[in-house]
Amino acid sequence: MATATAEHHENYLTELKTIKSWLLTLDHKRVGLLYLFSIVFFFLIGGTAAALFRLDLATAEADVLSHETYNKLFTMHGVVMIFFFLVPSVPAVLGNFLLPLMLGAKDVAFPRLNLASWYIFMIGGTFTLVAVLMGGVDTGWTFYTPYSSTYANTNVIMAALGVFITGFSSILTGVNFVVTVHKMRCPGLTWFRLPLFVWSLYATSLIMVLGTPVLAITIFLLILERGLGIGVFDPKLGGDPVLFQHMFWFYSHPAVYIMILPGFGVISDVMACFSRKRVYGYEFVAMSSMAIAVIGFFVWGHHMFVSSQSIYAGMVFSFLTFLVGIPTAIKIFNWTATMFRGSVWLEAPMLYALGFIGLFLIGGLTGLYLSTMALDVHLHDTYFVVAHFHYVMVGGMMMAWLCGVHFWWPKMTGRLYSAYWSKMSAILVFAGFNFTFFPQFIMGYMGMPRRYHIYPKEFEVFHQMSTLGASIMGLGLLMALCYFTHSWFRGEKATQNPWYAFGLEWTHTQTPPITHNFEEDPVVTREAYDYEDESIYTNEDKARA
Amino acid sequence: MSADHHDHPPYQAHHFDSMEQQNQSSMMGMWLFMAQEIMFFGGLFAAYMAYRFSYPAAWVAGASTLDVNLGFINTLVLICSSFTVILMVMAARKGSDKGIMGWLVATMVLGAAFLGIKYVEYTGKFDHHLFPGKNFDTHYVMGKMAAHPEKYAEFKGMGIDWVHELVGHESHDHESGDKHHGSEDDHAKEGAHGDAGDHGDHGGHALPADATAPLGIALYFGLYFAMTGTHALHMVIGIGIGIWLLVKTKRGAWCSEYHPYIEYFGLYWHFVDIVWIFLFPLLYLI
Repeated sequence: MATATAEHHENYLTELKTIKSWLLTLDHKRVGLLYLFSIVFFFLIGGTAAALFRLDLATAEADVLSHETYNKLFTMHGVVMIFFFLVPSVPAVLGNFLLPLMLGAKDVAFPRLNLASWYIFMIGGTFTLVAVLMGGVDTGWTFYTPYSSTYANTNVIMAALGVFITGFSSILTGVNFVVTVHKMRCPGLTWFRLPLFVWSLYATSLIMVLGTPVLAITIFLLILERGLGIGVFDPKLGGDPVLFQHMFWFYSHPAVYIMILPGFGVISDVMACFSRKRVYGYEFVAMSSMAIAVIGFFVWGHHMFVSSQSIYAGMVFSFLTFLVGIPTAIKIFNWTATMFRGSVWLEAPMLYALGFIGLFLIGGLTGLYLSTMALDVHLHDTYFVVAHFHYVMVGGMMMAWLCGVHFWWPKMTGRLYSAYWSKMSAILVFAGFNFTFFPQFIMGYMGMPRRYHIYPKEFEVFHQMSTLGASIMGLGLLMALCYFTHSWFRGEKATQNPWYAFGLEWTHTQTPPITHNFEEDPVVTREAYDYEDESIYTNEDKARA
Repeated sequence: MSADHHDHPPYQAHHFDSMEQQNQSSMMGMWLFMAQEIMFFGGLFAAYMAYRFSYPAAWVAGASTLDVNLGFINTLVLICSSFTVILMVMAARKGSDKGIMGWLVATMVLGAAFLGIKYVEYTGKFDHHLFPGKNFDTHYVMGKMAAHPEKYAEFKGMGIDWVHELVGHESHDHESGDKHHGSEDDHAKEGAHGDAGDHGDHGGHALPADATAPLGIALYFGLYFAMTGTHALHMVIGIGIGIWLLVKTKRGAWCSEYHPYIEYFGLYWHFVDIVWIFLFPLLYLI
């Protein structure tokens, strides 16, 4: 199909332009963009839900929402943000786009399966949205029994089916990525020459393949329980609701690492590029991802310290949870050491990355509070927990996702965005985020339980700070939406390598890439992040430096 | 298709450099898929373990209602189907489309036979009101327990003290019907389903008026249906894939070097068989 005219200006975006060519595309880059648009859509839904109940929580009384609506909104916020934004955010958008490019491959191992994953994702999302339109679900995103089995009179089955179906999208993406990393690396690209983003995707994909099916069977049993009353989670028939918690967290704790490991990968790549240095202790950063993936499968019980779990099991879970702190700390130290004596360049992606490190550090350290059994009894189900996981999930993963989108946006679209507004947005999101969630640590410590619609007057000031901060963060995010939209249509054309970054995706293919990625099959002869090598700079760049 | 692909076999996808790479990739993908299948069934087996240890008496009582003979026949049927699947793969490696289709049909017939026998078993369970939910009724189970009270001697405090009292009583009390009108009605219902012969299972022992089923009996049947149902669903999907493969084979999609889906179907079918090899002893025998 190649036409003779202007072959170098053709790229994967311009080669075919029909809607059909997008909906039937087998190109991993287009699938990545399909995911990008989809998850931004879901993010806006989840964000709107959050905005509504945060507004309501500004006063101690219920003034905007009824109690039922409040419950449904926080459930929707959780379900949509976790399963339809955080889990697919970095792997499905950036992972799909970048993995084959970083490996020097023409595509992922199974392109058709990849497109199918997106359709499965959208079908799952549709089920969940239908459940919302039919009146919503009020169980909380965890679907704990018996809220979800005996005592719910909402569309639990519909929402649960949505999550069940979406899970298969996750599993298939995981299978695809693991095989791609094993089998599609170009000549010379050994395991320890892989970008750390690939390592973190690999670790994530293993969790997706081995963890998600357990969520699937748990939801399946929940649907049988609710629909047919088979009794597995019903104490009246001898079943145990705590078994649901065990099975649910067996997936959902590793899922927390699905939601953060890819972010680690983004930060590693961005840190190296904007410090102009090799990532300090590359092998340790790579292996710490694998360690987190493995240990992450054995810590689920720390969600259940107060739910009749044996105290000895609790001690083991507590110990293993502390253990996760070690590989995580290795990463934080190594990123910091990467910046040390580097030439730190404060563009928007780097601002997001620095924000990530600070916020994730707070999120991680408060995780140690919560893994201490005695302290957890006090803090369990309070706003302290809410603040902790938002510091990790929003301060961590959402920041990392934004960091990655800012970093690779020129590669994906071939256009630049406003440097000024993107920095403003990064600062607003960072400040607004802290304003939103830091007060929640304090009120949680003082005993404010999570998921309460009305609360004692004394917590009002903290809630108001939260609501104010959320507005600032919302403003920063909307700002990003605006300049990205502008950039998509009108943005200045990007050069091939605007960040002078290392990696096959920058140095070996045009921007945006052609459909089959590389004009010539790449061969790798050196390690990742070889920023001491000056050959990536053109003479023009050297003059600028 | 661009010109540089002319020396590749037609079935090599554009994004692979060699057939070796393509074959290894798809084989690895299949094994990873099976790993997720193991985790999927693993959740069910974990639930099984938790409740089996909590409610051992319910497991003995529940298993006594299953027909070991039918289960055994089904096990044989599946083992035979594993054999025919191997013959199908062998035929594919020799490049014989006729062989593939013949053995594939044989495999699917055996799979259908398995599902047919399963259907008979399920019907029996439904007739005895053993499907958990609104119509769940334990009289049939208690009748089975009364027939062999000695099996429950080791279980204390499971809500089945009445069974322990039956041990050693050799009474063949034909008037026992007066004592439990409730279950009499139930037997009438069973009679309507044409299962009157099952009365014989009650043996010589009367079912006392205060008889209760062991704790957790609903869970045994809940898990029985969830586990065998999920397994049967995999069989149905397998047969569906088999039909698709038949069409593809008929169109001549394979040769001795290239028949990946035949190989993966073989792996999948073996996996589903192995799940049953675990289910049969766990649910029927122990």
